[in-house]
Amino acid sequence: MAVCIAVIAKENYPLYIRSTPSENELKFHYMVHTSLDVVDEKISAMGKALVDQRELYLGLLYPTEDYKVYGYVTNSKVKFVMVVDSSNTALRDNEIRSMFRKLHNSYTDVMCNPFYNPGDRIQSRAFDNMVTSMMIQVC
Amino acid sequence: MEASAGGGCGAGPPLLLSDGEQQCYSELFARCAGTVSGGPGSGPPEAARVAPGTTTTAAAGPVADLFRASQLPSETLHQITELCGAKRAGYFGPTQFYVALKLIAAAQSGLPVRTESIKCELPLPRFVMSKSDGERRIGNPAELLGTKVQIPYLTTEKNSFKRMDDEDKQQETQSPTMSPLASPPSSPPHYQRVSLSHGYSKLRSSTEQMHPAPYEARQPLGQSEGPSSGGPGSKPLRRQASLIRSFSVERELQDNSSNYLDEPWRITEEQREYYVNQFRSLQPDPSSFISGSVAKNFFTKSKLSIPELSYIWELSDADCDGALTLPEFCAAFHLIVARKNGYPLPEGLPPTLQPEYLQAAFPKPKWECALFDSYSESMSANQQPRDLNRMEKTSVKDMADFPAPTQDVTGDDKQALKSTGNEALSKDVSEDPATAKDCTSLKARPRSRSYSSTSIEEAMKRGEDPPTPPPRPQKTHSRAASLDLNKVFQPSVPAVNSGLLPPPPALPPRPYPSQSEPVSEGDLHPQLNRAPSQAAESSPAKKDAPHAQPPSKPIRRKFRPENQSTENQEPSTGGTASAATVKPHPTVHKQSSKQKKAIQTAIRKNKEANAVLARLNSELQQQLKEVHQERIALENQLEQLRPVTVL
Repeated sequence: MAVCIAVIAKENYPLYIRSTPSENELKFHYMVHTSLDVVDEKISAMGKALVDQRELYLGLLYPTEDYKVYGYVTNSKVKFVMVVDSSNTALRDNEIRSMFRKLHNSYTDVMCNPFYNPGDRIQSRAFDNMVTSMMIQVC
Repeated sequence: MEASAGGGCGAGPPLLLSDGEQQCYSELFARCAGTVSGGPGSGPPEAARVAPGTTTTAAAGPVADLFRASQLPSETLHQITELCGAKRAGYFGPTQFYVALKLIAAAQSGLPVRTESIKCELPLPRFVMSKSDGERRIGNPAELLGTKVQIPYLTTEKNSFKRMDDEDKQQETQSPTMSPLASPPSSPPHYQRVSLSHGYSKLRSSTEQMHPAPYEARQPLGQSEGPSSGGPGSKPLRRQASLIRSFSVERELQDNSSNYLDEPWRITEEQREYYVNQFRSLQPDPSSFISGSVAKNFFTKSKLSIPELSYIWELSDADCDGALTLPEFCAAFHLIVARKNGYPLPEGLPPTLQPEYLQAAFPKPKWECALFDSYSESMSANQQPRDLNRMEKTSVKDMADFPAPTQDVTGDDKQALKSTGNEALSKDVSEDPATAKDCTSLKARPRSRSYSSTSIEEAMKRGEDPPTPPPRPQKTHSRAASLDLNKVFQPSVPAVNSGLLPPPPALPPRPYPSQSEPVSEGDLHPQLNRAPSQAAESSPAKKDAPHAQPPSKPIRRKFRPENQSTENQEPSTGGTASAATVKPHPTVHKQSSKQKKAIQTAIRKNKEANAVLARLNSELQQQLKEVHQERIALENQLEQLRPVTVL
């Protein structure tokens, strides 16, 4: 479903970014990068950090002609950005939320690994597998 | 064709291979060569064809397995190997390999094994495969699986082999060095490699005969550990292992407990015990779990790379809670040991390492009992030699070195004991006497501790270990010496003074610890050895040695309260061996024998206590220094990071 999934650290550098190889990856990287501005906008608009899941999910950040970009931020200001192909049957909001939830869970699993230092690139195979499963659904 | 290339590679009869043969042989060679191409099947033909051009050699292990799989009698195989030139060349180059395969085909067709035989058209050689977990097939030859020798039956029904290690032959064929990584010694953890082998049904007999095969088994050891393919399924790995084993002259006494059913991912009893011991050293309660940081420190000592450790953690921490329960810990440890032995890590946690499986297979209560028994046994067994070796303030690295533990379980146990002993002792002296008394061979225990001079940190890392015997059981003298130790020692006065000694595990160096520790420790060993036996009835001679080094001051102190003027004089002059020697004599003469002995023992105790305390002090100071340094480093880091994390 997703064509690109990225995990951005608090300092706005990518911890993990992956996109389907069919497209020029650089384009996705650029899209993710530009979406960070929108994310920051939404975060600041939120005011105090609210623990509610709803606030974690930022929703559609901005649509382009081909893609839609969704965002999600965790309590530690780690951002998940997902780029979805517009040509796909419009994914319902709930589906996007569930995908983000899965991402978040996998991310916490990665965090639980004592050998992982926060701020490192994510190299967990389990995380990779999960992301792949989310991306593979794009036919 | 291969012929020319093969001819170029090494001396051997010119070889004409048909296409089918060439492909088949190439694949076989690729497999045997254990090159990175790893799994045969796809791709290999090209890679294999490249092989002759390069100077790759096939590992003797897989090659021998392959040959055995051809089900030819061993004499024939010997002949073939000779003919193909491997013996001459000392290795299985592509030429030799292909010639050998051709000869095998000839032999299987009933032709005599001669150089001329290969000149004619022959069917492809047939190799019987022992079923493994779905190995790929290459053309004719059956899947080759390294086998642990002596498999009583082909286990085709299930994807596993029964490896019965009952016979010595098996052990013969188990070469210790499964992988280049592991060093030769055969410690129980090494048996994992052994387990990798699969057995051909016919192999048993032929293998035995193959043992005398004069092949250079060492050379194949240089082969890569195995393909990057999934863990236990890597054939070349196993083949290599089994072949090396079979050819190796040295017979590592591999643990017969290493009868793996299918893969190296099955934990045997011994391994299990070892892991549980380690777990207990980190966390005394087997039903509790180890926190992530503790486990991280522990596993980091294995010197695997961080990404690998991270992956192993990922595999083993099934519930992803950042902590390891006992089964998870065993699984993780097992994976680490396997990795160190060269096995590639599996893609997923093998079923035999699943926590539920481990829980079911090894009920907890048994562990604790077994643990303690094996614990004390191992301790006593290894005490003396180890202590003697390690009194020299060996670095913590020795203890923490994972390869060492894998090579010597007992050694590691001792380490654990020592470290835990350090920790336990420093924390709770009163506990020691009780535990010490419980232990059977208390005398030996302190020895292990003595080595722990630098291991306090490690001990702290590993957590307390209640059963650890106190450091100096041998010093069984009834002590009245040091004030604070008196109370501790009092109860244990009779006979076994196991845990009374103060925390420092090391034998109390009589002389000033900072100065002459190594020397004194060496001296102390024999002395301490004697001490327990002699107890209070130590003769003056015995005292002489200890007195020789320790300062006379304690003696003086001791003697004064005893109201022995002569002794005072002597101690004051003492400090030399002679003086010390003289000391006891006059006192002996003057005092009643009983009093003398009491005094002597008291003196001894005092001295020992002093030494112990001094040593402890020095160790603690050392620790303090290190902690200070860490703190400074951390503060620096903090300073550096502060401006960055303005967010």
